[in-house]
Amino acid sequence: MSARRIAFLRIAVVALAVGLLEALCRLHVIDPLTMVPPSAMAAGLAELLASGKATDDIVATTRVVAIAIAVSIVLGILLGIGLHAAPRLKRAVAPLLTSYYAVPVFVFYPTLILIFGLNEIPMIIVGAMFAIVVMAINTMNGLDRVPRSFEKTARVLRLSPLQTIAWIMIPSAFPYLISGIKLAVAYCFIGVIAAEFILSTVGLGHAIAFAYNEFENRTMYALMLLVLGSVTAINLLLYAFEQRMRRRRERI
Amino acid sequence: MSRTAIDRLLVAGGVLLAWQALHHWAGEFAMPSPLATVLTAGRLITDDGFASHALASLEAVALAFAIAAVGGVGLGAWLGASRVAGAVAEPILTALYALPKVTLYPMILLIFGLGLSAKVAFGAIHGIMPITLFVMTGVQNIPVVFIKAAHSLRMSPSQVALHVLLPSALPELLSGLRVGLSLTLLGTLIGEMFASREGLGYLLMQGIALVEGDQILAITLILFVVAVSLNMLLHRFERRARGRYGADAGL
Repeated sequence: MSARRIAFLRIAVVALAVGLLEALCRLHVIDPLTMVPPSAMAAGLAELLASGKATDDIVATTRVVAIAIAVSIVLGILLGIGLHAAPRLKRAVAPLLTSYYAVPVFVFYPTLILIFGLNEIPMIIVGAMFAIVVMAINTMNGLDRVPRSFEKTARVLRLSPLQTIAWIMIPSAFPYLISGIKLAVAYCFIGVIAAEFILSTVGLGHAIAFAYNEFENRTMYALMLLVLGSVTAINLLLYAFEQRMRRRRERI
Repeated sequence: MSRTAIDRLLVAGGVLLAWQALHHWAGEFAMPSPLATVLTAGRLITDDGFASHALASLEAVALAFAIAAVGGVGLGAWLGASRVAGAVAEPILTALYALPKVTLYPMILLIFGLGLSAKVAFGAIHGIMPITLFVMTGVQNIPVVFIKAAHSLRMSPSQVALHVLLPSALPELLSGLRVGLSLTLLGTLIGEMFASREGLGYLLMQGIALVEGDQILAITLILFVVAVSLNMLLHRFERRARGRYGADAGL
């Protein structure tokens, strides 16, 4: 089956799922107090964006998440390179890395508030702490799978270690880095939004919790749509980029 | 003792040292020392109330993992066996996998109310995606020769499933279950933190509300030890399966 038909089927499946949800909500099979129809979520989101009521929350969350993503990508890649370079250390910390995500790191958020005060820093740290490990694991996996012949070629060409990393290792491991970045984005959002749920005065997590407590379902679902929609959009962009890189590589 | 075991002890020692240093830097209140935390954890475990919270969490994790495992293996096997369904679903699944599902907690609360079903649902939606993805890859990578050989041996469909498909997808299946269990644990704990009145997640949230650093750290330590042990146990099964059935098993 052609790629085009598959893409068409994919859109049809998603449209069908949304349509089904819409029908169930409209026919009151799903209680309106439980969930508003997808069309109402979208309309609510449009109103919310036009009214400008959510602008401060959007700006606050975007800022914190963006900084957390940048920090976690840089530190995660460095950590991944370090672990790849030290196989003994890698084997020793492997159980810690694979179990890392079974424990919600954002429980340290209150501790961080005690240390840094109620500002953006604890949130950035929580988001970054959550995302660094997934970035490091993916970097490490990508570097581990660089063909030996590439490394040998680098040595034959007498590239310095830095040149080898920048020109051979990173480009070769690129698909893994993109997967890492996709998950790092998601984990930064999880950490920051969970922190905003727990304690904060501004931000999308705070706004969702507030709307929930005030029984403002329309606003709440509009905000949830905004968060999930933005993450999915970033994800799809990275996915398209990844596919393009992969096709380019196949041509070589 | 093997070299890896020695290295692991060294890493554990390094973590403890870093923790102690952090304790001196941040102070007793914000970051209790490792020793104090172990003592608090010991006191917690022997406390009467703790057992019922731990059992509540265990029950929720077990139920959520059962749902995630059955659903994920079934869905993954179907998507892996059908080329079209797999190609259609793969990007949708990875997008769903990467959603910050913590955002959905108000919706889960509205649907299920406060209690066991809410946290089970939360755990299951976290665990099902990785299991589905791993099983799908495992089934997709079964060599066609195996299936052809099974057909020429006139094996029945159930025999093919049990003696051919299951063993050759087993390593991936076990990886999926291991990752799925970790994420189910995370999801259930998040569910307990935001949508429950019992369980270890609820105890964590209580510690957060009352700003009890020692309580938070002790529970986190207990959870981490449990998670690492479970992971290492499953990893061992996985290595054995890979050795027997994996690509390098001399087939």
